[in-house]
This record gives sequence, structure tokens and C-alpha cells, in this order.
Amino acid sequence: MPFFAYAALFLFFPAAEVLIGSFKGVHGGWTLSNIHSLFHSPFREAFVSSIKLSLTTAAAGCILGLAIAYAAIRDGTPRIIRGIITTFSGVAANFGGIPLAFAFIATIGNVGIVTKFLSSDLHWNIYQTKYPVFGSFTLFNTFGVGIVYMYFQIPLMLLVIAPAIDGLRREWREAASNLGANSLQFWRHVGIPVLMPSFLGAFILLFGNAFSAYATAYSLTAGSVPLVPILIGYYYSGNVLDNPHLAQALAFGMFVVLAVMMLLYIPLQRRAARWAK
Amino acid sequence: MKIRMKPSAIVWLLLAGAYFIIPLVATLLFSLNKVSTGTCCSAHAYGTILHDGAFWQNLKTSALLGVETIAISLVLFVPTIYLVHLKLPKLRPVLAFLALIPFVVPPIVMVIGLLDFYKGSPSWFYAQPWGFLATAYVILAFPYMFFSLDAGYRAIDIHTLTEASQNLGASWARTLLTVILPNIRAAALAGSFLTLAIVMGEFTIASLAAFHTFPIYIQGIEESEAYPAAAVTLISFGITWAAMLSLLFIGRKRGARGALIAGAR
Repeated sequence: MPFFAYAALFLFFPAAEVLIGSFKGVHGGWTLSNIHSLFHSPFREAFVSSIKLSLTTAAAGCILGLAIAYAAIRDGTPRIIRGIITTFSGVAANFGGIPLAFAFIATIGNVGIVTKFLSSDLHWNIYQTKYPVFGSFTLFNTFGVGIVYMYFQIPLMLLVIAPAIDGLRREWREAASNLGANSLQFWRHVGIPVLMPSFLGAFILLFGNAFSAYATAYSLTAGSVPLVPILIGYYYSGNVLDNPHLAQALAFGMFVVLAVMMLLYIPLQRRAARWAK
Repeated sequence: MKIRMKPSAIVWLLLAGAYFIIPLVATLLFSLNKVSTGTCCSAHAYGTILHDGAFWQNLKTSALLGVETIAISLVLFVPTIYLVHLKLPKLRPVLAFLALIPFVVPPIVMVIGLLDFYKGSPSWFYAQPWGFLATAYVILAFPYMFFSLDAGYRAIDIHTLTEASQNLGASWARTLLTVILPNIRAAALAGSFLTLAIVMGEFTIASLAAFHTFPIYIQGIEESEAYPAAAVTLISFGITWAAMLSLLFIGRKRGARGALIAGAR
């Protein structure tokens, strides 16, 4: 079928080229030294900060997304709010990259609207304040990048988890309370076990989403933040590297991390599908 | 009926509203600042963008790329998924698995693979957005097209439709074009709008392969002119809104469910 030929030509062969290239030496021949150097500075630090950023934004996105989704779906909230949130999530989950980075620069960048408002009207300069735990704030390091990532992480969580929350049927809740369970017991024995596979699946999706992101971080920090995709981009956009196979090895490293995530995702997806209507 | 919302629900929704709306409002206010004084209000930034030839040029490139990607995707995926549903249901999990692959091979990895693999290929392919970029975008679009079309085919009885059409003497091509296609139109349109949203926002591949598309233009403006950058940011947001609202509008019709999220991160 032409479809498989197409997938081979434009997906498998190029991907294989990267994977094979990461095991090649500068002067040809096979070597593990590229892979080896992934475990040393500066590449090790890049992987650590990429994984940290992805884990924290995925965890925060999952928890906040779940709370917002539950607030929007639970009894008592007008249905129109759910409609608005779903539509907006569809847009926001797709509104990433360059424009998103600029929206935050215009908001809480050095001369952003909110920054200026806070300093002129409330005499609070957010860039010169020392905060407990975090230290000083800037939009242009990994922490700032994380704040901006939440703008597409939370909506993605909302879209993914809403069907699972719908799957928590009201009858179960009624049945539980008829049997004398209180709200805590309901969550402990019914709610959390049913939601767990979807929640973990969503977590992996959000992790991958943050881990592969390039444009937002690139635009926000002008390519200076040490994340793996940014490093790959740096080496491929004309910046000379004494060993081009190192960039391929970085790509190989990303591939391995994401492949492990995918292997965890597939069985979770199957379990989550059990309660879907 | 009196609506009674839980207090905690109200707090969560207000917080979410603030986080998601403030950056948009701030960008709007920012775009209305006067260049000379840095205070409100002037539509000058929008004028700058709309009178910039490069804006229209790059917007056109991205829009045409979107149309080309959609055309190739439909020609490639509609018959394939039809055949899989009709004759080779065993292959369906294989396709579903393939649709997850772009998740494991992110754009940044894909583009360096393509750049290396096609280095030295003829320049009508390698140096043209219509060649190199479009083929990459078809791969990016595959998951969204697959999930839309798959849901579309599942919502109709393709076996009966195909048999009826063949009994009346229609050829395969005719069956597909005049019987099947109209029935999955909503699904195909949904996939197409998602694809358009992806292509209009894709930065990683275009940037590393050094092509000039709409997101690359936005990046260039952001580095040079602050207020017009805010204006073009909102224009881009508007384009995403338009694509997603169209998707939602079709989504009300049968068979367009299953479409997920695209991404330009």
C-alpha cells in the first residue's frame, strides 16, 4: 500500500538514520562514545533539566487540570461553563509555541503589562523581589518556561480527563452513599481506583508533550535554556559541532525516554478504556 | 431552576479563568500601545503588520502548505483506512500503533532525521517548502487524520454501503468517491481543520530546515518590534480559534468525534 511506503520513506528511514548515526564515530566506524557522552556534562544536565521540567509541569498540569475539570463537570456547575471550557481548551492546547511565548512576555516580561501594573500601582516589582524557596523570579529560565508550559498542559489534561470523569457515574456515588459510605470512602474505594489509569495515562501524555516541546522554550529564552530539544536545535541550525553524531545521540536519548513512556502508556490506556461508555 | 455551585468549584474556575485570560488581555493591551509613548491606545501596530508584505507572503505560504498537506493526507489516508476497515481489520491496531509513533519521534528528532536522510536530494524537493516541509507535515498530521477518519468510518456501515454500490455496478474508485466520501465528510473535515491548525503553527521543523513560514515570521517580528509582535500574536491566536471553532461546528454532526489535540509546541 502506498501509505506504508510513505511512512517508510518519510518516517522510518529518517528515524533509523538518526538512531544509526548516534552509534557512528566522527571518522566512521561504530562506537558507543556518543551515547557514553550523554551521561556526562553538559548533556547529562540537559537531560536532567528536561526530565525535571517535564515531570513537574506534567504533575502540576494533571493535578490542576483534574481539579478544574472536576469543578466544571460536577453537579451544580451550569452546563454552559463546561462547553466554554472544552472549547477554550481545544484552542489553548493548540496555541503553543512562538505566539504563546510572546503573550507571556507581554504579560509578565520585564516591561509586560502586568509587571508594569504591579510595580506602578502596587509598588511590587516582581523581578526584584526575593521569594522564599524560589529566590528571584524570571520568565527566562526553566522555571519561567514551566509557567508558560502550563498554558498548554492544563488544557490538554482537561481534554483528556473529562471523558474519564464523565465515566464516574452518578449511580456509583448514589450506590456508595446508600451503602453508608461517606465522601472520603467513596473516593478511596471507587473514585480514585477508577480514575487512576486515565490519570496516569494523562500524566505520560503531558510528560511527552513537555519533553518534546521546542518552540516555546526557544522563543522565550532565545535558545539559551539548557533543554535537550534546544541543544539539538542549536547544533543543527548552523552552529558547528565537532561531532555531528552527538546531536543524533541526543535525539536517540529523547527517543529512548519517550519510548519507555509509550510502553507504560499502552497498558494504562487499555485499563482506562474499561470504564468508558 | 436555581443553580447552586459548590464554593470550591467557583474558586477553581475563577483561578483558571485568571490564568488563561490575563495573558490574552495583556497581549491585547500591549498591542494597542503607541510606539512613541508606550501608552494606550493606538491601532498602529496592526497597521504595521497588515501593511507588511512579508506578513501576507508568509501567511500565504503557510496557508498553501496547509492545503497541500491536507490534500496529500486525504489522498493517502482515506483509501488506506477505508481498505483497512473493509478488508483488513487485523491491520487496524497496526495503524493505531503507527499513529502513536509521532509521539515517540518528536518534531525535533524527525526534522534532523529528514535533513540527514535527504541531504543531497534534488533541490526541487529539499529546498522547497512544497516538497520537504509538506511531506514532514503529512507525517505530523497522520495521528489526527487517523483518529478522525477512524471514528468516521466506524460511525457508518461501510460493508453495506460498499456492497450496495458494487451491486449497482460502480467501480472501486466510484464507490469511494461518490458513496463513501460524502458519508465521512464531517470526519474528513474535522481532520483537515486540525491539520490546518498544526501547519499554521508549526515552528520546529520549518525553523531547523530554514524555511520561511508564518510562525518563522512571527518569531522574526518578536525579535525586532514589540507592539506589532503583540498584534501578530493575537492574529495567530485568532487563526487557531477559527480553525477550532470550525472543527467544533462540524463536530456537532455525525462521525466527526475522536479528533484530539494538535500541537505546535
